[in-house]
Amino acid sequence: MSKSDPNAPKRLALIASKGTLDWAYPPFILASAAGAMGWEVGVFFTFFGLTLLKPKLTTAVTPVGNPAMPMKMPFGPEGFQNINWPIPQLIMTNVPGFDALATTLMKQTFKNKGVASIDEMRQMCLDTDVRMFGCQMTMDVFGFKREDFIKETEFCGAATFLEYAADADVQLFI
Amino acid sequence: MPDIIKEDQVLDCSGMLCPMPVVKTSKAIKELQSGQILKMIATDPGAPPDMEAWSRQTGNELLRSMQEDGKFVFYLRKK
Repeated sequence: MSKSDPNAPKRLALIASKGTLDWAYPPFILASAAGAMGWEVGVFFTFFGLTLLKPKLTTAVTPVGNPAMPMKMPFGPEGFQNINWPIPQLIMTNVPGFDALATTLMKQTFKNKGVASIDEMRQMCLDTDVRMFGCQMTMDVFGFKREDFIKETEFCGAATFLEYAADADVQLFI
Repeated sequence: MPDIIKEDQVLDCSGMLCPMPVVKTSKAIKELQSGQILKMIATDPGAPPDMEAWSRQTGNELLRSMQEDGKFVFYLRKK
């Protein structure tokens, strides 16, 4: 019980509700940083966020649904890399494999800039004992099985997470 | 000239972005004994405020935060 014991470490409670590459970063970054500061951390993975607990991560990003996403190339001279390509919505929507291309380019950009991959981020979280709560209801709805997720997953419902979050110093929905 | 601080361990986080410097520092400091000093080098411009926050939150003292050869250098004493 975090609040009842003044010497207890601070606690962070996060809800990770989205499973795309861009939305996967914030919960893992915050959780690993809090873990590195000695905080207790628990993340409740729900809806599409639950897929972030699959052993093999297949996170992708779609520029169609993210109009503010910079479309830049992760290679070539600096002037070329800084160009924000004005790609028409018609092309992004209709060219097969465009999302896969955008995902590859984004992953490469992150790598070039020294950002860890989602796999590495998640492992850093596990290394600092971040608790991974998996939403049981989401699992039932999408027809997943417990074996589909990493062994550290603690399956529970809203009440369990709320009780955990009630004693947290920081609670965020992502 | 500031006093020379003698470090017990060096951690180079050059080229890494948030939250890697903080996470690596936290791992490295666990390997040290109380009172020992870790020198951490980073290029992430977010590292100076982040290392101050990390120090306040963990109680490991930030003895010095400086810039050297275009990099950020931190001396941290394990509590």
